[in-house]
Amino acid sequence: MSWITGAGLTAYGKHPGHSTVDLMSTAAAAALADAGLLRGDIDGLLTGYSTTFPHLMLSTVFAEHFGIEPRYAHAIQLGGGTGFAMAMLAHHVVEAGLARNVLVVAGENRLTGQSRDAAVQTLAQVGHPAYEVPMGATIPAYYGLVASRYMHEVGLSERDLAQLAVLMRGHAQRHPGAQFREPIGVDDVLASKPVATPLKLLDCCPVSDGGAAFVVSRDRVNDFAVRIIGTGQAHTHQHVSAAPSLTQFGAGASTRTAMGTAKVDIGDFDYAAIYDSFTITLAILLEEIGLAPRGASGRLAAEGHFARDGALPLNTHGGLLSYGHCGVGGAMAHLVETHLQLTGRAGDRQAGSPRLALLHGDGGVLSSHVSLVLERAA
Amino acid sequence: MNDWTQRTEGIVYQRCSACSHVWYFRRSFCPRCGTTDVAALQASGTGTIYAVTEVMRAPSEPLRAHAPYAIALVDMDEGFRMMAHVERGIDIGGRVRARFVAFGDGIVPQFTRVLP
Repeated sequence: MSWITGAGLTAYGKHPGHSTVDLMSTAAAAALADAGLLRGDIDGLLTGYSTTFPHLMLSTVFAEHFGIEPRYAHAIQLGGGTGFAMAMLAHHVVEAGLARNVLVVAGENRLTGQSRDAAVQTLAQVGHPAYEVPMGATIPAYYGLVASRYMHEVGLSERDLAQLAVLMRGHAQRHPGAQFREPIGVDDVLASKPVATPLKLLDCCPVSDGGAAFVVSRDRVNDFAVRIIGTGQAHTHQHVSAAPSLTQFGAGASTRTAMGTAKVDIGDFDYAAIYDSFTITLAILLEEIGLAPRGASGRLAAEGHFARDGALPLNTHGGLLSYGHCGVGGAMAHLVETHLQLTGRAGDRQAGSPRLALLHGDGGVLSSHVSLVLERAA
Repeated sequence: MNDWTQRTEGIVYQRCSACSHVWYFRRSFCPRCGTTDVAALQASGTGTIYAVTEVMRAPSEPLRAHAPYAIALVDMDEGFRMMAHVERGIDIGGRVRARFVAFGDGIVPQFTRVLP
């Protein structure tokens, strides 16, 4: 058993003059304060990576800078899946008795720390260097390919995808830390600039600066009663050219593993935090996991199913699409928001009194999948 | 053997001599059964569009002049899937044949419509 005993999150957007370790430090300090823990209480550390600060040993660079001396530390890399993979690992690290309090932290000045072209080119390297990148492919292009095939097979429309962007923007309006809060409608999404068809600008998450952190503990150290009760992963490919299927990506398998370890069913969840790098990502994940029937995610969003007061509140902070995406911290914001929801501290975003949450992240081009089940204990 | 990744006009794929598995990304063994008895073969260059996108925003200044350009996943007649450029306006299911065009620092396959 493990407990998520604290969580911290910066605003996402522009933090000019703040480095990777600055943003990590801000988020980590907030997570420790939230948990009521001191630096000396942290004996485990997991970090991800930063495209603006590539380093062989980010975890110990951060440990030294922040002022902790963990007895277990390293960085891991799994693209957008990294944050939830770190949560999964932290859970197992404390269960194995290797550490009592594991700090999981990420941060990156991805927006102001480099040129827009540099960000686009770095991210495109998840593609194959010899067989894909030379095509002038970009992350939106890889996802545009996926979208074209998936929409062809299940009958999802561009208007359906737009509903998901509108949903995330609506949620972000209630979060002061969100990068984009101006209201948008379906027609705004459809009229936004094409990036890689069928994806338009408002189908794509932004590039952001930001930091996120949480503490995974062996013991309950405070009144928060959020525990990790299920974990799962699935990895079917790296490159979209080599994906065995563009309708079955491993999200379903990963989630089934997590639900199996937690001994819960798909209908039991009353909160969901699902990776949404693009509207098509969110649609595919919702539909493959089984939180929406095939082709129905946009319709359900339009009907209020995923609203704060709906049957399954989803990404109430605004998701990657509107809260923002700073790399590893991107999906970690989903977890921080889930923690706030399960502890009843989401303020005017509070979605009732959720007890059981499903979190799912992916890295690459729907390549690497990580699922978590979080529960509010009695 | 002509291989566009080596700047000669052609498409190379591989087949396992033991289990007959076919794949595209070159390596010295079969990713399904592990044998090192694999053959590199020249593809015919014909296939069917599996997925397609038009890229409006190129990743770098040298490629900006080419945009918009269309990228597709093509299911080749030999049984492997590859990424390539494609003539704009061809939909999923369209039958296509490869030619080779200069792009960036090298050449890339660009598929054009095969008339039925």
